[in-house]
Amino acid sequence: MFDWKWDFTWEILPRLIQATGNTLIAALAGYAIAVVLGLGLALAQRTPYRPVTLIVREFVEFIRSTPLILQIFFVFYVGPQFGIRLSPWASGMIAIGLHYSCYLSEVYRGGIESVAKGQWEAATALNMTTAQKYRRVIIPQAIPPALAGMGNYLVGIFKDTPMLSVIGVAELIHTANAIGSENYRYLEPYTMVGIIFLAISLPAAGLIRLFEAHVRRKLGL
Amino acid sequence: MHDVSAFPLEISGTPTPMVSFRKVTKSYGTLTVLDELDLDIAAGEMVSIIGPSGSGKTTVLRMLMTLEQINGGVIYVDGQPLTHMPKNGTLVPASQKHLRKRRADIGMCFQHFNLFPHMTALENCMEGPVQVLGLSKKEARERSEELLEMVGMIGKKDQHPSRLSGGQQQRVAIARALAMRPKVMLFDEVTSALDPEVIGEVTNVIRKLVSEHNLTMLMVTHQMGFARDISDRVCFFYGGKIEEQGPPAELFGNPKKERTQQFLSAVKEAV
Repeated sequence: MFDWKWDFTWEILPRLIQATGNTLIAALAGYAIAVVLGLGLALAQRTPYRPVTLIVREFVEFIRSTPLILQIFFVFYVGPQFGIRLSPWASGMIAIGLHYSCYLSEVYRGGIESVAKGQWEAATALNMTTAQKYRRVIIPQAIPPALAGMGNYLVGIFKDTPMLSVIGVAELIHTANAIGSENYRYLEPYTMVGIIFLAISLPAAGLIRLFEAHVRRKLGL
Repeated sequence: MHDVSAFPLEISGTPTPMVSFRKVTKSYGTLTVLDELDLDIAAGEMVSIIGPSGSGKTTVLRMLMTLEQINGGVIYVDGQPLTHMPKNGTLVPASQKHLRKRRADIGMCFQHFNLFPHMTALENCMEGPVQVLGLSKKEARERSEELLEMVGMIGKKDQHPSRLSGGQQQRVAIARALAMRPKVMLFDEVTSALDPEVIGEVTNVIRKLVSEHNLTMLMVTHQMGFARDISDRVCFFYGGKIEEQGPPAELFGNPKKERTQQFLSAVKEAV
């Protein structure tokens, strides 16, 4: 702290704020992919077709058991060897979205399994199709208990976006590194990055809890 | 799958039974819950099933609602096979499509109501007609409100199930099942989870159904007085078979089989 320079801090702030925008976009885009794909993976694990169930389950286990950074490298550096050439952004979104979709699929699975058996039976007695049962009866009841877990992973994905810096996505850490090496000063940029992460993560966790309570109330649960 | 080649592709004859169990067997592993059950129920008939727990009573309803698969025999509804379908002149296990087509004739109410907690009473009733039958929202609402009126729940139509008592939830569940206009209604111990003081409000609705509608009904119950009052026929189940059946006055008044006598006197002592 002895050497903290306020004028330098103010000078770099606009760049950091811009990078914060990129970080948020990366987190939200990755999360959007994960939310949709995760539900798909959760449902695929429940189909009556054994091979599908098995392959999806193994895939989820595989992704969950290997580091995110390796997956990012794979999509970005190994992809081109198979003719899949993607921008850092696209690679990053795919890797992080895929990674978190596997975690979210487990959250969904827990939510779906928490729905009472009688709900399935009532839906059958109303002669619903399997798709109708999920869409109208099961998923609306599976989401509220899954919201806490989903919220945790939203904060988690936000905190994991710095990994995208390794393939050159201009998010917060990448920008702080650049500022540091340009000016030979790392204290201010890194400290500011920490404060920005904290300033977003903490209120987000609170908002998620409020949202969860709101959804439960709205669904009459 | 079990051999059903000896069973007819459909049942005709006058009158055709609304429901017909033909040598229906259900087992879990080595435990046989239903043992070659034969049971015909006529259109408009009210049949009650009584018996000790574990005698297979509830299983009868659950198989008819296709909540469970059978291990032997064939179930027919309105003359058509339910658990099987005709293919190349023989019966094969029913496809999902066939099940959905035949299941439309059957409605069911459960011991624990199983209302959808995220929908209001009215939405619960409208759900099937709108999503499954394809009615317009307006038609479904009219139909549902009429039924909620009939079960005395119109005043609570905008409440979620969590705000309703057990008796109220069960009445909504009856309205929800009726909104699908089934030919056969199944009541699975619908008063067993209720506090004693609200049982009457549910049994009164079922009484009303019996007197005013020409529904075929199959009811599993522990309320002997109620079964005696409203049934056309009572079946006493024991060990996965019908031990004795007959008009309620006869079965309750003059049971012939020893097991029936034992059961009825045990129930009487418990009251």
